[in-house]
Amino acid sequence: MIEFIEIIFTAGFWAATIRIACPLILATIGEVLCERAGVLNLGIEGIMSIGAMVGWMTVFLGADLYTGILAALIIGGLFGLLHSIFTVYLGASQHVTGIGITMLASSLGFFCFKLILPASTTPPKIKPFQPIDIPFLSELPFLGPAFFQHTSFTYLAILVVIFAFWLMNSTPLGLSIKMAGENPMALEAQGIDVFLVRTIAVVVGSALMAVGGAYLTLSAFDAFYFGMINGRGWIAIALVIFASWKPERALLGALLFAGLDAYQVRAQQLAGAIVPYQFFLMLPFLLSIVAMVIAAKRTRYPKALLIPFRRGERH
Amino acid sequence: MTTLLKVEKITKKFGDFYANDQISFEVKKSEVLAILGENGAGKTTLMNILFGHYTPDAGNVNFEGNAIEFGNTNNAIKLGIGMVHQHFTLAENLTVLENIIIGRQSIFSMSLPKRHARVKILELSKKFGLPIDPDELVANLSVSEKQRIEILKTLFLDCKLLILDEPTAALTPQETDALFSTIRSMIETGLSVILISHKLNEILAVSDRIIVLRNGSSVGEIDAHSADRKKIAEMIVGKKIDYPQKKKIPRKSKVLSLVDVSYNKTDAPNLSKVNLDLYGGQILGIAGVAGNGQTTLAKILSGHFKPTQGKIVFNEAKSVLTSPKSFMDLGVAYIPEDRNSDGIVGDMEIWENAIMTEMDDPYLRNSLGIINKKTSFDRSENLCETYDVRMQSIKQRSRLLSGGNVQKLLLGRWLMRKPKIIIACQPTRGLDEGAIASIQNLLLKAQQNGSAIILISEDLDELLTMSDDISVMYKGMLSDPTETSSTDKLSIGLRMAGDGFL
Repeated sequence: MIEFIEIIFTAGFWAATIRIACPLILATIGEVLCERAGVLNLGIEGIMSIGAMVGWMTVFLGADLYTGILAALIIGGLFGLLHSIFTVYLGASQHVTGIGITMLASSLGFFCFKLILPASTTPPKIKPFQPIDIPFLSELPFLGPAFFQHTSFTYLAILVVIFAFWLMNSTPLGLSIKMAGENPMALEAQGIDVFLVRTIAVVVGSALMAVGGAYLTLSAFDAFYFGMINGRGWIAIALVIFASWKPERALLGALLFAGLDAYQVRAQQLAGAIVPYQFFLMLPFLLSIVAMVIAAKRTRYPKALLIPFRRGERH
Repeated sequence: MTTLLKVEKITKKFGDFYANDQISFEVKKSEVLAILGENGAGKTTLMNILFGHYTPDAGNVNFEGNAIEFGNTNNAIKLGIGMVHQHFTLAENLTVLENIIIGRQSIFSMSLPKRHARVKILELSKKFGLPIDPDELVANLSVSEKQRIEILKTLFLDCKLLILDEPTAALTPQETDALFSTIRSMIETGLSVILISHKLNEILAVSDRIIVLRNGSSVGEIDAHSADRKKIAEMIVGKKIDYPQKKKIPRKSKVLSLVDVSYNKTDAPNLSKVNLDLYGGQILGIAGVAGNGQTTLAKILSGHFKPTQGKIVFNEAKSVLTSPKSFMDLGVAYIPEDRNSDGIVGDMEIWENAIMTEMDDPYLRNSLGIINKKTSFDRSENLCETYDVRMQSIKQRSRLLSGGNVQKLLLGRWLMRKPKIIIACQPTRGLDEGAIASIQNLLLKAQQNGSAIILISEDLDELLTMSDDISVMYKGMLSDPTETSSTDKLSIGLRMAGDGFL
């Protein structure tokens, strides 16, 4: 029994937790931005997928890794723009548009992948981001290998949380985004263009989702294959609620889920012979649901979430 | 006095409908101008033109000698016109401070000048008697506090002319007084105010001049200091108002009593040991400042809340009651305080709202148990005609009805059932003079027919004209009833403030 507790005292467990959390962090922050402005973005799964493909392909075709991130950022922003044209400017259903974008983006991504690399049976590989040792800190026992021997992409993801926190709490844009998702009429009454604010939030949010996808192909793994996002986008949607639409709590939620996931892999190895491994696979999701139910009880939805804004119309 | 604003022959059409027809007036410096009119008279359209929301079809507006650029809110703000809308434009998830400063910088600016803003807000708050905590979340504030923020928002922009659209619609009498003293201190510092309202009594107390609008045209300008209340009321409505005449009718048998009813939960103001007797043909008025438990009492009397202690006795027989439905079946009618959210479903059509509570009636269903449209339409048409609900068609969405017509629809729906007991919560709040008189007359008529009525109101004039007896609620306690003839505003007011309660 003691082995099950020992897992969490290994540096490898913590390092894996952070690795698994990164794409979730990026995607959840992206979704937080969209939803805070009042726009549900169910395109997340597809946008992550195409971000993963575009980022990887850019590097595969010869660009460096940072250009790969930039390419993912741009493609994500473009799909965000598409989403906001339909949902913000045309006031179409956010659910339908989002699911449409997920289907379009993931299929288009794989289609382009096949166009460029028609013959490959085993996925070709790139040289992904390598762990960098942070001077002095990485030499600390336990803490070093757990937290200070990650790739630069990982640290970038943490920076994004800080950036999002600053944006939401200390800038006029952040304030406008929060107001756009709560009472867009009020925002317009203050002379701010609601459409513009919502579009910015959706474009930036979608760009972050795509970068989250690119983390998988540029840092966590080194190849792209179909279906590799594997529901991470949907997890992010749930994490947004767990996070009460706050960036700092999104970090917490992503780490919690990732920790459960890292734990179940290790627990599987210990008890795989006795307990079917599917049980462990299920654990993070089950426990997430429990955590969500508890956390979501007191949460306040952005009041204008899902409601299209139309100029000059009350209620 | 110098002229601040000059409005000349403003005309605004929506399709063939003239919302404003050649309206002209002036506002001087340090003056309160009231614009009175029924719902739909064109007041709000006019203000939206001044504030740059709409472009008029003809006419022009000068502010301090500059022509206003129509359809440009930012221009109006820059010139010094501020507007407080009837429906607040605040985000509840943000703090007071954030709500005030948003929009003052470009959204691409990198910082929020919170410290500087806080100083200015506190200064303004002190100067004009508008106490607020800048760091409180708006969601935690009361209606009057929210209004203070709206006013501070315009003062923060250094406005010279403040337009208040129905500012007293949701305020208690005390809050209204506080607002008016704020308005007076604004006038002293050289600001001008336009008040838009349909509440005549209050307007007379605070304004200098009155302009009356009816059906889009200006029908008169009156000096508020020498105005005759009833005359203005009739100018607003455009015909003689049938003011309610109370007739005393003999009291019948007891229909309801509450014995030591208490309510101790966190979801609503509590009640402690409320005792009450109600007789057929009686109107029992319940006075009190909002939030002292009147709403809780109404919800207990209509079956929406269950008392934690005590019992409710109907017709001398203790009844075990479980749901609002069982109260309805006993003949209780409930007019909720917030008619738009608890009374009707705004997005459903008038006929659907009219039969919503009547689905037990086999007349409204066909043999398969499905709604019989023909009889339902007949019933709804009948209801609207009997109770003078003014609408274009019963297939119109209920949201489009004015407050008075919503209330008539709601009250009519209950009166069709011939209720034994009517629980009326603020039945005339926010309505215009004509509609108030209609609702009050309907209630008096129900009383004549033997219904017992509990009238919960913050309007003391209403309580004094309508009720046979008046009780006062204070911190969940209910005083013994006093006969209306032997009491007056002053003594009720004192009891509302806690006098005579232990």
